Order: sequence, then structure tokens, then C-alpha cells
Amino acid sequence: MAAILSVQNLSKQYDGGFQALKNVNLDIAEGEILALLGPNGAGKTTLISIICGLVNPSSGTAKVGGFDVVGDYRQARSLIGLVPQEIALEPFQTVIDALRFTRGLFGKRNDPALLQSILEKLSLWDKKDAKTMELSGGMKRRVLIAKALCHEPRVLFLDEPTAGVDVELRKEMWDVVRQLKADGVTIILTTHYIEEAEAIADRVGVIRGGELLLVEEKETLMQRMGQRQLRVELMQPLDAIPEALSRYDLDYDADSQTLIYSYEANGERTGIASLFADLSKAGIILRDIETKQSSLEDIFVGLVEEKA
Amino acid sequence: MNFQAVRSIYSFEMARFFRTLSQSLISPVLSTSLYFIVFGAAIGSRIDEIDGVSYGAFIVPGLIMLSVLTQSISNASFGIYFPKFLGSIYELHTAPVSFIEIVLGYVGAAATKSALIGLVILGTAEFFVDFEILHWGAMLAFLALTCISFSLFGFIIGVWSKNFEQLQMVPLLVITPLVFLGGSFYSISMLPPFWQTVTLFNPVVYLISGFRWAFYGTADINIGISLIMISVFMLICLGIIGWTFKTGYKIKT
Repeated sequence: MAAILSVQNLSKQYDGGFQALKNVNLDIAEGEILALLGPNGAGKTTLISIICGLVNPSSGTAKVGGFDVVGDYRQARSLIGLVPQEIALEPFQTVIDALRFTRGLFGKRNDPALLQSILEKLSLWDKKDAKTMELSGGMKRRVLIAKALCHEPRVLFLDEPTAGVDVELRKEMWDVVRQLKADGVTIILTTHYIEEAEAIADRVGVIRGGELLLVEEKETLMQRMGQRQLRVELMQPLDAIPEALSRYDLDYDADSQTLIYSYEANGERTGIASLFADLSKAGIILRDIETKQSSLEDIFVGLVEEKA
Repeated sequence: MNFQAVRSIYSFEMARFFRTLSQSLISPVLSTSLYFIVFGAAIGSRIDEIDGVSYGAFIVPGLIMLSVLTQSISNASFGIYFPKFLGSIYELHTAPVSFIEIVLGYVGAAATKSALIGLVILGTAEFFVDFEILHWGAMLAFLALTCISFSLFGFIIGVWSKNFEQLQMVPLLVITPLVFLGGSFYSISMLPPFWQTVTLFNPVVYLISGFRWAFYGTADINIGISLIMISVFMLICLGIIGWTFKTGYKIKT
């Protein structure tokens, strides 16, 4: 699929000398959800800000739909919607006026039917005549999303959409994002919640210290780097791991009487069958077994520590 | 050119003006009325005519200018500073607009507001003093030029201000003294020669003199020079705004 967004050798050094981005390269296909994952201050917001026009790049290029974000900013920005991290709304404006204003800024005529459908999708239609200052925090965030969508962008940037948002609202936000994807919008979101990337992203980019450490399909990433664990709970406590089982490199948790066996999830031979055979030969009786896939969080922590 | 965006910004700003109509309109009208009562009626009755015009009528153009200047600056500076303060300015940066559309929208609205205020004060003055306007066309042209150039100036202040104090500082510390010393309440020729020369460095003198000429056909300074000075001031403001946006100074990092 053709890339709707293409970032090449993008760097940003702020006036104070701080290098926020180092030579970032990134292609994003139309219709996918990419999660940019990284600790605070990693450069996620700077990357988004350059693409959206809030920050000037020091070097490198970013193109949206083939249009350079600096040289052809009008065409490029028409394709982009941005939901900022901080809630920033004119307090006295009504919801519907806020949408009309944004749509006008993008050079488009008022389209009442479209605005109604956007507000309905975000469960805001009954609040259309409310002043934005009268809304709850969650509603304000949805107003920001509605504003970002009202000029029908093809790429939507969500900068920390669920930072400081309660669990219920976060789930609600995820539903909104999935709905948008179903409508064909390409979505790039930044987050430092790994579970968020795990829940909704197609691909995950890990950014740290201004460098894009990797970009990978979420599934591939989890498979490639994911370890599986087999936990075997025993009927009787063990004093030591029998010699016959030494080749499995087992750990033993004495408190729960559990033997722990780690293996590559995508390995050709997992060794589980022979482990069971050897366990039974050694006369060890099992009470229960459990397998566990390492989460994106485990992978992420491993990755960030490794590079640190 | 994104005219829809200009319209969007313009009508948004005008909506705020009408939402706060009491603040926007009543307070300048009230303060001007007080000036007319104090200077025009109470003190003015003891002052002779200036250049063949009664003192009450003489101060009308200056008082209108006083309000128009301060209103242009405060409207335009607040209009662009407030989104900066709220953070909602991100929308302007991410929208397909250039500084031309932004300036047309914000400055256009601020200039419209202060022109409206100027005309309302003109109407109010009718209640207090008798006067006639000799050159209607020139009066309106001067009013428009002043509204536009000082709205541009206010826009610069709004863009450059880092906090509300700075936003208030220029109108308070620079504009009010310039207007008071710019011949709103007296003719420059009434000053000692040295101060007459000093006064020539005050841009507001040219505005008020030109504006008064449009009313009564007499002026401290040649009307052509007044026009040139105000045009130069406007071009300087435009240049600064263009440079500010081009370099991103105080706008973008």
C-alpha cells in the first residue's frame, strides 16, 4: 500500500541546543493505526508537531499524501487533523460553533449534515449548543476530536489521547479510534501507556531520546520478541531441580511449588512434550499448568533498558 | 488564498464583540461622554475658540482618536493573545492558512470594531456639542486608516506578549501619553517652540491633526504629510508582522 505519510531524516534541535529528534525515518500506510510509544520527553510530540506545522524541522522532510509539510503546507495540512495533548478550547464558544470555526479555517463551507454525523458519532450531538466550558473533561476531549475531524482529514494525529483519563473513558476513546479506522482514517497516536498500543495499534513505533528505535507490526513484534512461559505447579515441594531436568534451564518458585520453563513462542520445537515426558520419568506429579505470553510492556521495558 | 478561513476568523472575533457588547461599546462611550462634560462643557466654556472652532467642537476629533487608538490596540492584541493563552492557537498553525489570512481575519475584525466604536462616539458627541464635518470622505478614510494601522500594531503586541501585564503595558505606558500629548485637547501651535519640535516625533500628532482637518478644514500639520506618516506607520507594522511570521519569532519554535 502507498505511504500516506513519509518522514525522512527528520531532525529537530531546539534553540536551547536540545536535540529532540535524531534522523527519524518513518512510512505510514493509508488506513493503519500506528502507536508511537515512548517515555515522557522522548520526542513523540515534537515529531507530531513538525508534521502538523506547529514546529519547524531543523533538517529532513515530512510528506503527507505526497505534499511536503513545509513547502506545500496548504495541501499537506488539508489532509491532517490534530487532537492536541492539552485541552485547548475557547470557553465561551458553543460546541457547534467551535466545529464551524475549524471547518472554516480549513477553507470548507459549513456542512450541517456532516457536523451532525460527527457529533452523533462522538455522542456530543445533544451538547451542540452548550458552551465548551460547561462540558466535562471527557466531553472536551471528544470536542477536540470532533474539531480535528470536521474538515474530513485522511490522517488523524492523537497526541496522548488518554493521558490523565479514567479507565472507562480510555476504553471509550479506544472505541472511537477503532470506529475511525473502520471509516478509513489513518491514525497516528502517541502514548506512554503500553496497554493502549497493545489494544488498538496495528504497528508500534518505539521512540526514545529522539531516536526511533524500531517500527514493527504489533503482532510480529510480540512474536519476535515475545517469550512464552510454561508454569507447572507441583503436588509436592521439591528440594532441588532433579539432574535429569537440567537441560531445560528451569526456574523453581518454592513458595508456589511451581517450575517455570521459558521458551520461544515461534520456535520450531518448544520442548514442552519432552519436558512432560522427563517430568513423569522423574516421578514428579503435576497439579496444574499455565502458559503465559509476555506482553508488549515486557518487550518495551526490555528494549528501553537494553538501549539505555 | 483561503477566504473561508478569513471569514471564519473574522466572524468569530465579531461574535465575541457582540457577546460582550456592554464592555465593548458602553465603556468607551461612557468615558468619552465624561470627557465632553468635563472638558467640553465645564472647562471649555472658559476657553476661547481655537482656529475659529469652539473648544467643545475642537476636541471631538481628538477624543474619537483617543478611543479608536486604544480600542484598536486592545481589541487586536487581545484577539490574538487569548488563543495563545488558551493554547487554542494550535488550530491556526495546523490549518492551511498563511499569515495573510490570519492577519486579515484578526486585524480586519479589530479594525471593524474600533471603527464602529469611533462612529458611535461621533454620534454621542452630537448630544454634547455642535459641529459640522467638512470632508466626510477624508474623515472616513482617516478613521479607517487609523483603525487598520493601530489594529496591526495591537496584533504585534498580542503576538509578542508573554503575559497579560505585557499586553496592558504598551497601551497604558505608550499610547495614552502619546495621545494626550498629541494635540487631542489643544493645538500644537499653543506649545512653546521647543515642545512643538518634540511633538513632531509623536506619530499621533499627525493622526489627530489630519482627522481634525477632515472635520474643520484647519490643521497643525499639512494634510499630505499626515497621510504619508500614517501610511508609513502602517507599512512598518505590516513589515514587522511579515517578518514575525516568516521567522516564526515568538510564534513557532
